[in-house]
Amino acid sequence: MRNFIIHAVVLWALSFSAQAKIESMEFANEQMEEDYKVLIQELRCLVCQNQNLADSNAELAQDLRRQVVELLDKGSSRDEVVDYMIARYGDFVMYRPPLKITTVLLWFGPVVFFFIAGYVVISFIRKQQQSADVGISEQQKQKAHSLLDDE
Amino acid sequence: MSRFLLPIGFILLIVLLYVGLSLNPREVPSVFINKPAPDFSLPKLEQLDQQVSNKDMLGKVWLFNVWATWCVSCRSEHHTLMALANTGEVPIVGLNYKDENAPAQTWLSQLGNPYIFNAVDAEGRTGIDYGVYGTPETFIIDKKGVIRHKHTGPIYPQQLEQSILPLVRQLKAEQG
Repeated sequence: MRNFIIHAVVLWALSFSAQAKIESMEFANEQMEEDYKVLIQELRCLVCQNQNLADSNAELAQDLRRQVVELLDKGSSRDEVVDYMIARYGDFVMYRPPLKITTVLLWFGPVVFFFIAGYVVISFIRKQQQSADVGISEQQKQKAHSLLDDE
Repeated sequence: MSRFLLPIGFILLIVLLYVGLSLNPREVPSVFINKPAPDFSLPKLEQLDQQVSNKDMLGKVWLFNVWATWCVSCRSEHHTLMALANTGEVPIVGLNYKDENAPAQTWLSQLGNPYIFNAVDAEGRTGIDYGVYGTPETFIIDKKGVIRHKHTGPIYPQQLEQSILPLVRQLKAEQG
């Protein structure tokens, strides 16, 4: 048990180092730092596609983080940095894709599937109830009751 | 009603999965197709005190190949590039991406140099301008300096014959 606790504590402590980033960035003001933090959360690392720039230590992610800082230093706004990335890597670089004709299925597909599934389940249940009602006639019911009452 | 809906839904789902799962998630659609190739002016790997630029290639159809010595699949496409260079059909410009000069020069002298020249992009900034996210990548650029096609991953002889060379020939026939 003691071993277990020690292991748990060590693993928990290690999890912090996994979060830590390699570079330390210097920012001119708090707004810039805030923008940077939001941006690297929202932008995708193109190499390890299920990570954002904040999580990834791929070389390209490091370069893109540096690029984000440089753009902010030059006075770009958050939107301008995002536009800069989209101009080079396409919409895919954003973790939250924009609502466009090509992404309609992505945005509303799950809702549509939810309603289809709901419809199928409800109609299935209704059918079951109907077939349960149709199963025996009134006569048969009375017969069943009389048989049961005899007991 | 649901007698028809169920099979239709099922077929739709099959189609969706068939298409969705056969897509290559690595294939990030390039936003550069039919856009002007981003400008660069970088040191020339073969002679570092000289500068090379995309503008040097205006008026020609050319391939822009992003490579590095640390890139394993660049090695596997290298002999295809050599074969292409030997045909003289289209000039290849190299972008030596996030690499060191000495090993890159050694690579070219040992394995052969298919490039008419190489631009040194040590910090990867030109790479970012071209939306490079993995090497090798190859852009086909027309006489006006417009990107017409992007090939991600190594070029194999089959792809050369089937997609790249036919496009190059078509672009060469266009007015400059």
